[in-house]
Amino acid sequence: MTDSKYFTTTKKGEIFELKAELNSDKKEKKKEAVKKVIASMTVGKDVSALFPDVVNCMQTDNLELKKLVYLYLMNYAKSQPDMAIMAVNTFVKDCEDPNPLIRALAVRTMGCIRVDKITEYLCEPLRKCLKDEDPYVRKTAAVCVAKLHDINAQLVEDQGFLDTLKDLISDSNPMVVANAVAALSEIAESHPNSNLLDLNPQTINKLLTALNECTEWGQIFILDCLANYTPRDDRESQSICERVTPRLSHANSAVVLSAVKVLMKFMEMLPKDLDYYGTLLKKLAPPLVTLLSAEPELQYVALRNINLIVQRRPEILKHEMKVFFVKYNDPIYVKLEKLDIMIRLASQANIAQVLAELKEYATEVDVDFVRKAVRAIGRCAIKVEQSAERCVSTLLDLIQTKVNYVVQEAIVVIKDIFRKYPNKYESVIATLCENLDSLDEPEARAAMIWIVGEYAERIDNADELLESFLEGFHDESTQVQLQLLTAIVKLFLKKPTETQELVQQVLSLATQDSDNPDLRDRGYIYWRLLSTDPVAAKEVVLAEKPLISEETDLIEPTLLEELICHIGTLASVYHKPPSAFVEGSRGVQHKRLPGSAGSGESVESPDTSSAAGLSEAPPAVIPSQGDLLGDLLNLDLTPPATTGPTPPPSSGMQLGAMDLLGGGLDSLPPIPLRTDTPQSPQLPHQSPSPPDYSPTELGGDLGGSPAMGAAFGAPPAVMPASFNAPVSGGLDDLFDLGGGVGMTMGAYSPPKTIWLPAMKAKGLEISGTFARRAGVIQMEMTLSNKAMSVMTDFAIQFNRNSFGLAPAGPLQVLTPLNPNQSIEVALPLSTVGPVMKMEPLSNLQVAVKNNIDVFYFSCQYPISMLFVEDGKMERQVFLATWKDIPNDNESQFQIKDCHLNSDAVSNKLQSSNVFTIAKRTVEGQDMLYQSMKLTNGIWVLAELRVQTGNPNYTVSLKCRAPEVSQCVFQSYEAILKN
Amino acid sequence: MIGGLFIYNHKGEVLISRVYRDDIGRNAVDAFRVNVIHARQQVRSPVTNIARTSFFHVKRSNIWLAAVTKQNVNAAMVFEFLYKMCDVMTAYFGKISEENIKNNFVLIYELLDEILDFGYPQNSETGALKTFITQQGIKGQHQTKEEQSQITSQVTGQIGWRREGIKYRRNELFLDVLESVNLLMSPQGQVLSAHVSGRVVMKSYLSGMPECKFGMNDKIVIDKQGKGGATDEAGKSGKQSIAIDDCTFHQCVRLSKFDSERSISFIPPDGEYELMRYRTTKDIILPFRVIPLVREVGRTKLEVKVVIKSNFKPSLLAQKIEVRIPTPLNTSGVQVICMKGKAKYKASENAIVWKIKRMAGMKESQISAEIELLPTNDKKKWARPPISMNFEVPFAPSGLKVRYLKVFESKLNYSDHDVIKWVRYIGRSGIYETRC
Repeated sequence: MTDSKYFTTTKKGEIFELKAELNSDKKEKKKEAVKKVIASMTVGKDVSALFPDVVNCMQTDNLELKKLVYLYLMNYAKSQPDMAIMAVNTFVKDCEDPNPLIRALAVRTMGCIRVDKITEYLCEPLRKCLKDEDPYVRKTAAVCVAKLHDINAQLVEDQGFLDTLKDLISDSNPMVVANAVAALSEIAESHPNSNLLDLNPQTINKLLTALNECTEWGQIFILDCLANYTPRDDRESQSICERVTPRLSHANSAVVLSAVKVLMKFMEMLPKDLDYYGTLLKKLAPPLVTLLSAEPELQYVALRNINLIVQRRPEILKHEMKVFFVKYNDPIYVKLEKLDIMIRLASQANIAQVLAELKEYATEVDVDFVRKAVRAIGRCAIKVEQSAERCVSTLLDLIQTKVNYVVQEAIVVIKDIFRKYPNKYESVIATLCENLDSLDEPEARAAMIWIVGEYAERIDNADELLESFLEGFHDESTQVQLQLLTAIVKLFLKKPTETQELVQQVLSLATQDSDNPDLRDRGYIYWRLLSTDPVAAKEVVLAEKPLISEETDLIEPTLLEELICHIGTLASVYHKPPSAFVEGSRGVQHKRLPGSAGSGESVESPDTSSAAGLSEAPPAVIPSQGDLLGDLLNLDLTPPATTGPTPPPSSGMQLGAMDLLGGGLDSLPPIPLRTDTPQSPQLPHQSPSPPDYSPTELGGDLGGSPAMGAAFGAPPAVMPASFNAPVSGGLDDLFDLGGGVGMTMGAYSPPKTIWLPAMKAKGLEISGTFARRAGVIQMEMTLSNKAMSVMTDFAIQFNRNSFGLAPAGPLQVLTPLNPNQSIEVALPLSTVGPVMKMEPLSNLQVAVKNNIDVFYFSCQYPISMLFVEDGKMERQVFLATWKDIPNDNESQFQIKDCHLNSDAVSNKLQSSNVFTIAKRTVEGQDMLYQSMKLTNGIWVLAELRVQTGNPNYTVSLKCRAPEVSQCVFQSYEAILKN
Repeated sequence: MIGGLFIYNHKGEVLISRVYRDDIGRNAVDAFRVNVIHARQQVRSPVTNIARTSFFHVKRSNIWLAAVTKQNVNAAMVFEFLYKMCDVMTAYFGKISEENIKNNFVLIYELLDEILDFGYPQNSETGALKTFITQQGIKGQHQTKEEQSQITSQVTGQIGWRREGIKYRRNELFLDVLESVNLLMSPQGQVLSAHVSGRVVMKSYLSGMPECKFGMNDKIVIDKQGKGGATDEAGKSGKQSIAIDDCTFHQCVRLSKFDSERSISFIPPDGEYELMRYRTTKDIILPFRVIPLVREVGRTKLEVKVVIKSNFKPSLLAQKIEVRIPTPLNTSGVQVICMKGKAKYKASENAIVWKIKRMAGMKESQISAEIELLPTNDKKKWARPPISMNFEVPFAPSGLKVRYLKVFESKLNYSDHDVIKWVRYIGRSGIYETRC
């Protein structure tokens, strides 16, 4: 009989039998029984009931049996902490055993028993083992320190194990050094500020010596650790590089990649005119190419990394295009990655070869791959001007194949080619129009409509074509709808006489029959433009478009720098910073390349450098939000982009939109809010369709940019300042969401309260709160299923309310909610819903539906959530307005028991978009003058009196709509007291 | 680091499950089964992120090995480790199959305990592991103290891949130079891309701790020697040397020595292992040339003629030659005439397969075929896939020559001359294609 028999025991009462066997006197029988237990454990059966019996077998001379018992212990000790203590004695005894293998086994297993009570007993044995005469025991003990630290960090520090571990870096045995380095690196990760891995030239020298002698895995630990070091000058940098380069010929790809990481990083410090710099560049290419002959999984990791390296230092691989040609039997993931790199390496020198290859690929079987190949041809056209003509003719050939997805993909890229080279290839439009009927994907339809609209004057039947699309207007995706609206307006401006009816039709479809705010807003803007000033409309809509960039999908530079520091790791495979996928504090610090910031910052203090990195990042980085947003989306923290406004503070849009809609309740500021200045120089650049039609971007374009906001008349001097804070705040959020620590700067959000008790809703319990995150109002809810059955099909609706709050997208509950499961949902809200004054003002009536029933509840939101980011009024305006509002509208409130000084008060309020405009000190009293603006354009002015030593503040609020004052006061209180 | 390691059978049942870190729970086992093994579509990436947990997987026949982590681990290392794990298991019990894994599950747990500690890979050389972990249970109970410390010093030592005290009556070594030659050629006979990826595999049966030095006709080495020695000879030998684009070595080779002196010195593991891999792209000897001629006669007929020419010494024999000529999808019938070997039309593979058992150098052979086509109204043109070839030749297409392999063992009484050495060259086709 063989061991596989253990996997087949399924009969009842087996636990009972096992118990008897475990207590048997015969050694063989005992061992058999333990084997059975382990087999059951493997397949996922619960054998924890046998704990005492198995532990009894522990005291044995049979090493094999002992190992099996230890394996069991590691699995179940946590669930039986009291029993686990029984094992301690054996461990302590084993740590004294003359056989080093047994000593090591004991210390190795000890650390895996994660029971707090036990850990203290383990310190003494561990201390001995750290100083054991046998290197095998020492190397095991080194890792055990990391294990212990994971359970109880304080204990490890108190016991001084960290110092012992540091001493092991100077151990004579290379493997002990390697494991000590690995353990220290891990511990250091959770203590970003401690100077644990005190890397100095001496330790570096020790590490480099050990590097030559230890196992392949040890080399990886050491190289990864070296990569965290910042050399003092270029000389040191060069000497380390010289000693690391031999690793490039190691058979283990991970050693090679880690060596590449060290070299890529330290290279930043070498002067470019140095001979060695050139030599190093040359040395890097061959090993990278060799990685491509490894097994496919490793090729994938290598290719993802090469993709980063090529973006950072294109010169390394510029002559190696051929090795990235796709092989017939490459797995699909390797093929797609190779294609990506081919596009990046395409240049005038190799374009002919590349095109020939891409054309071959476009006839392959895998749909994703073919699409990407077609897209790549388009990218080549845009990147290498000389090749554009050949690319276009290749694309036309491909369109002739009539393969549906090939045609659609080709049309999408041809649109980009038209934008890059206007008035050059329009002769192909006729061919494109032939394929109009076969387009069924939104992106392709949108692209085609754009082409028709853009070249309406050359297409005789443009109106007919567009009209045909209009028939099913409501069934189209938003992308297509937006594009169709724009295209028809373009057509109208070009051929006004024949198309008046058509444009009327589309405008009314967009403004009256659509639920989509983006579409409506755009419709209204066009409508007003066309009706007030057709000349201006022409200037806006038919303005010259900005050129599209040559490179796409480039990783944003600061992120790229960070990823280069993570070569070889998961971060480089995902192309995301570790904070995006690692929980807790580990790896959340942002690494940076040395010297590249041009300042003397060292990487050794990750905290300061990462903070600097963030604040340095100018608001101009925002356009690449695609990537960041992508990250967010992957994190499931916000609903998909189609559901509504996205993080960049888009208050400008709300302001503008409200006014256009005529829904502004208040037009308080004396500066005109009218839209009669569309000739503002920035505006024309915003309006035409951007290269990518995603609604997100359009939302951003129409409202989110400061330029647009300025054009709508908000006080320009204040804008940049008031924008800066939320922008960087937003970035903060983006980077830190993963770590869950970034919200400190955010606006006040009350704690969650139960809105809908389970009793009233057939087991569905909803608790929630409201928050304003990066300019978006969110309703954050926890849905808990306290019933016995699964809940699905969630939907939400609001009753009309005072400020027109409405869900900006559907409720994102994608998976069914199982019994006893809770789910967190963040629902972004818009403020363009129907308005009805409620009592109290901030009351919100909500209906939630699921597969069981519809439930109603009402909740109140803090009004501070409606304070927009550009609520800072100019001083003069503030003064004038204050005087202008009749005194009857002023109301006074007392805020009691608040112990903050005036600066703290103003900071606290500022983070909730209450802006302090001026501060005056009169007789020991600080007078803060503050302004805030609600989403519907109502301004509220405040005067806050803070007296030192007096915990009671007085706030006077002035507003044209005095009804809100009470709510605003409540928010003041809530913000300050929280 | 690695948080856990699971082995599944093709149905997704767990055969081995070892968790190293607290953040990995039993639900991770199921997550992988549901999202990857049971996923309907083809696997689109070897790395999968499910609910903030990353899964790395490799497949060996129908067995899945998955490493799991929640941290930002070194991804390349994880895959290298998984491959190594496969090697170790194969070295212990042969083929990785469900049956073998179940039969050896205790052994596998022991190995996993030894080679992965808290998710950090430790010494994973089978040579060393076999000294204290065996299929018959663990050795170590009755060892003497010296033996025990010898084991530990070997596992942690600088030469972790070889144990001390190995003895052979006959000291013998075998060197295999295995090359695969890749080619993409245009119909006009122009080389679009060609490269050789080669491996030097060594089987060593040597006593003691022998110090070895391996020499080949590396251009850089020969040129260096040429400068020092007679200039005439340098010119001559320069022709016979080859330029190596890149090479990687087994961990026994002293890399810093190679970097500084370009000499390959090492203490070899016992038994079979891969000493080095290399890649060359210059001056490759292409063993065969394929000359295709495709003529479309009307819309329903194709005439294909393919000539192959062998391009090496007449005294050598190529073997296992196979030429694969693709045919259009609407082929209705094929007639083939060939001078040598056997040719068959295989409808299921859409190709004519022409096989020749043996062929000497500097010979020529040809095949001609008439392909009849069904008329179709498919507008899509036939993409004409390239003609591919397979073969095996008894020389190294890169031109690599082993110049010497010297063995020094000072402590034992055998010298370099006493070692019996065998060298063999095998060149195989990699992807060897000619467009038509």
